[in-house]
Amino acid sequence: MQLSDLIHHPDFDYLTPQLAVTGDIPHVRSCDLLSWVMAKGQKGEAWVTVQTHSNIVAVASLLELGCIILPESLQPDEETLQKALSSEVPLLSTSLDTYGIMQLFFQT
Amino acid sequence: MKFEYTITTQNFTTAGEASSNTKKTLKLLGIDSKIIRRAAIMAYEAEMNIAIHSRGGKIQLEIEAHRITIVAEDQGPGIADIDLAMKEGYSTASHEIREMGFGAGMGLPNMKRCADSFDISSTPGGKTRVVMTLNL
Ligand SMILES: Nc1ncnc2c1ncn2[C@@H]1O[C@H](COP(=O)(O)OP(=O)(O)OP(=O)(O)O)[C@@H](O)[C@H]1O
Ligand SMILES: [Mg+2]
Repeated sequence: MQLSDLIHHPDFDYLTPQLAVTGDIPHVRSCDLLSWVMAKGQKGEAWVTVQTHSNIVAVASLLELGCIILPESLQPDEETLQKALSSEVPLLSTSLDTYGIMQLFFQT
Repeated sequence: MKFEYTITTQNFTTAGEASSNTKKTLKLLGIDSKIIRRAAIMAYEAEMNIAIHSRGGKIQLEIEAHRITIVAEDQGPGIADIDLAMKEGYSTASHEIREMGFGAGMGLPNMKRCADSFDISSTPGGKTRVVMTLNL
């Protein structure tokens, strides 16, 4: 799966269009515990979380994750959006639930 | 080379800046990316613990030819049982904090796992001090 595939997918909103999108997404993780992600997260992977506060960007940026996906149409806090832009972490929101997101990854 | 970052308690807007600056500094110095990743995890968990569990504190980063040292020190209230605090899954985080995704009880174990040396000292009512090193 390429990050650009997700961004152009009709069920996804790309919330940080100012950021260039490149790269392959080797793995996807769904987790809402920040220290768990900090322990296991791998560079480049997509992270699905229902957390919308700005600390998710700190985690994604430190680990150089590929992108953050907010499922079920969740929207980020304004601070989260600003931090995603300044830290260059691609941020997406989708109407799909986690199962739907995983299915998409399996299909491609 | 020494750097110091101040961490204010319960400030989740700025929480993450000390670890982010630590990472940037190490990157500028051309440190190996695997080491940077470990340092970033150690600094992040130490920083969040100060922000969440203490009255505030600071993180010091020292870079020497063969070693990186991260010292996290706060103004209390200290840890009553360090062995218990080090157990994966143990957390005293409040319900509100857990709802934000903190409080898995993995921060201290994460730090220890990433560091080449790890030392924590604390007294109930006093400060908590964590000293971690990474060999270069
Ligand atoms: N600086 C500190 N001051 C006081 N208590 C602390 C400090 N750091 C850790 N603790 C205590 O140790 C416990 C375990 O810390 P640890 O970082 O492993 O987990 P956590 O912070 O509760 O959750 P997580 O790090 O997974 O979000 C904390 O819940 C807290 O009770
Ligand atoms: Mg912690």
